Amino acid sequence: MDQARPVMVISGFLLSASLAACGATGDESSEEYPTQAVEYVIPFDPGGESDITARLQQEPLEDVLDTNVNITYQPGAGGALAWSELTRATPDGHTIAGFNLPHIIAQPMASGDVGYETDDFKIVNIFQSTPNLLVVREDSPIETLDEYISAAKEGADAMSIGGTGTYTPNHLGTLLLEREAGIELGYTEFSGTGATVPALLGGHVDSLFTFPTQLETQEGEMRPLAIATEERLPGLEDVPTFQEEGYDVVGGAYRGTMVPKDTPDEVVEQLAAAFDEIHSMPEVQEDFEENSLKMEDYGPEEAAEFIDQREGELEELFNEIGVLE
Amino acid sequence: MLLLIVIGTVSGVAVGAMPGLSATMGLALLVPFSFAMDPTAGLVLLGGFYVGAIYGGAFTAILVNAPGTPSSIATALEGYPMTKQGRSEEAIVGATIGSFVGGVLGVVAMVVVGPLLAGFALNFGPQEYFWVAVFGLTIIVTLAEDSLLKGILGVVFGLVLGTIGLAPVGGDVRFTFGMSELQGGVELIPAMIGFFTIPEVIRLIANRHRDVEVYEQRAEKQSQVKATVIAVFSRPLNLVRSSAIGAVVGALPGAGSSVSNLVAYNEARRASRTPERFGKGEVDGVVASETANNATIGGGLVPTLSLGVPGSPPHAIILGALLLHGLRPGPGLFESSGDLVYTFVTALAICAVVMVPVGLIAGRGLQRAVVVMPTRYLAPGIVVLSMVGAYAIRNSIIDVLLMGLLGVVGYLLRTIGIGPATVVLGLILGPIAEEGLVQGLQSSVGMDMPWTSFFSRPISIVLILACVLSVGWSLRRARRGPKRDEVTSGEDGT
Repeated sequence: MDQARPVMVISGFLLSASLAACGATGDESSEEYPTQAVEYVIPFDPGGESDITARLQQEPLEDVLDTNVNITYQPGAGGALAWSELTRATPDGHTIAGFNLPHIIAQPMASGDVGYETDDFKIVNIFQSTPNLLVVREDSPIETLDEYISAAKEGADAMSIGGTGTYTPNHLGTLLLEREAGIELGYTEFSGTGATVPALLGGHVDSLFTFPTQLETQEGEMRPLAIATEERLPGLEDVPTFQEEGYDVVGGAYRGTMVPKDTPDEVVEQLAAAFDEIHSMPEVQEDFEENSLKMEDYGPEEAAEFIDQREGELEELFNEIGVLE
Repeated sequence: MLLLIVIGTVSGVAVGAMPGLSATMGLALLVPFSFAMDPTAGLVLLGGFYVGAIYGGAFTAILVNAPGTPSSIATALEGYPMTKQGRSEEAIVGATIGSFVGGVLGVVAMVVVGPLLAGFALNFGPQEYFWVAVFGLTIIVTLAEDSLLKGILGVVFGLVLGTIGLAPVGGDVRFTFGMSELQGGVELIPAMIGFFTIPEVIRLIANRHRDVEVYEQRAEKQSQVKATVIAVFSRPLNLVRSSAIGAVVGALPGAGSSVSNLVAYNEARRASRTPERFGKGEVDGVVASETANNATIGGGLVPTLSLGVPGSPPHAIILGALLLHGLRPGPGLFESSGDLVYTFVTALAICAVVMVPVGLIAGRGLQRAVVVMPTRYLAPGIVVLSMVGAYAIRNSIIDVLLMGLLGVVGYLLRTIGIGPATVVLGLILGPIAEEGLVQGLQSSVGMDMPWTSFFSRPISIVLILACVLSVGWSLRRARRGPKRDEVTSGEDGT
């Protein structure tokens, strides 16, 4: 006799859900920015490096912008979920999102429809980078990059290498090294940098492409072989670059912030200036250093240029290895 | 310090008790506050909150079949039937004791055998994770009460749901039907609320006599606290076994309390002398689940602190907080900041103790409130909380819609006898199994036949044997079960 009730509950759901969706769009006027709290979207799980950087920026950014900065998390699909949400956000600078390179270039290029295109956004800045680092276990008989490569040449896939995700810095580093050295490595992908560590230490993969922060955490457990920078990294002066050893492998991850494409240029400039201001504060620089985060300084234009250039390089590499068909 | 512990624990319990507001999310919200404190105080607050939240998940699991966190799924399986029988107080007391014992033993395990456990966990590679997930799937034999076929159908449905979105390895986009919103896949928490809670709400509304029934039954009974405490402690093996399971599962990065509570529940049921009472409101099941999920906190700290690899999502936030405070987890942490680590760990144990009075007062208060609350307030209340919870997971409306949709599906499935736990089990374990399988194959491409690596590694072989034994034993039990009253010499198959 109460047949109708379940139906009512269900439609109640849908109704309230759509109401909530409508409520999200706010009024936008041409008043001074910011007029309300700024939402800073982290496209990954809390606790990771993106989160930590944002947390370091949060307080000083609140002071500079003179408004609340709320960090929210939209993890999923390797960041794509949050970035496709960002294309639908109100373009008034009150919603900004962290982004990673090469993710926002590689995802739409390699996987087709991921809910956004690289040029759906205006880049505010690129403020941090972290280079690829090739490591083996400390007790491994392999001590140099040359030994590593000759071991890999013993047979196709004789050497397994772990890293985070597909078309990520670690994966692209592997592809580049394979091309440059003429070897084939068995790339095993893990869900995050954290998950790769026990795989290496437990002997489930022979080597890792990872980031220098891990080397510091796992003191004495990992042996670095080569780093994918143009010059040796301060603090890791003993580690040769790939280029020194004769292989043109340079790359890593870059982090920055961006807003939807239709955000007014003045607002983007204002945001970029605010970030600039906090990044030049000694205490923020100290915080970054303490967490082994290398600062970068690309404003809106330089960052956009850099991304364009990256896009070209990536397309070339993808064509070569047959990702784009 | 003690004040911080109490504040952390109480607020944790409150957040954990909200359907959909998970420990992970609450912790993420709390991190900025802890940042303003000194490292020790901040960590103690976070630790207390974590302990409280995992425990708080039990309340709603027991009272309204809405597991507040994925770590209380098994709690709902026994706790809610108990509520229906007017035994919710007993269930809450059982959960409290379990959480207390699990919380303390988990921390003890971490301190005493932590390094050992960390080394042991390193032996688990992709292949082993695959077999752990398969072992977890064997639980359906126990969960599927009346029909194994329906149980398998439920799990398969869960596994299929788990394949929606980006593949965990390889990043292929699957079954999104062109909707980029689905790329992130079906989140566990909205699905869990959908399958457990929404069908219950629908039923609550369809059957308005419920509150009267429960209320009458409750009025007859006097306080159950003492009797339950004695009953639970009279089976210490259950407490110890569940704690051990919780700690070991916690030490395996990536599994966490959403897995450990189910495994412990399954083992408790298997070891029980009266397995036929499970599924119908057996306090031992609640105890096993809650003991294990709290023991996972201590166990999960092992890789978090010693490797810098979080044991589960909430541990990832604790790890982030450590980094923000300038501490470097890893082998060196115990030497460089031993004081802080031990203060933190001791605080966790104290939190487990503080939980007992909090739980007995707040938990039973909540229980009375829910029991006397008329359905016309209770049902919409649950719905609103659920929607908020589902939305808050990743600030995405798609999760709310999915929750509603899966709720309807769950209601329909239940009418044909497919329980929510089987589906959720598939959803939890599917991605773990897939990841293990693909990574195992990727990392052994150097071998002639990579798949053989799944059968040649020592721990894998042990796990395979465990799977076979688990299925065999449960099937045998199940065959005997119905007949055991009349026939003692039943025929055993397979």
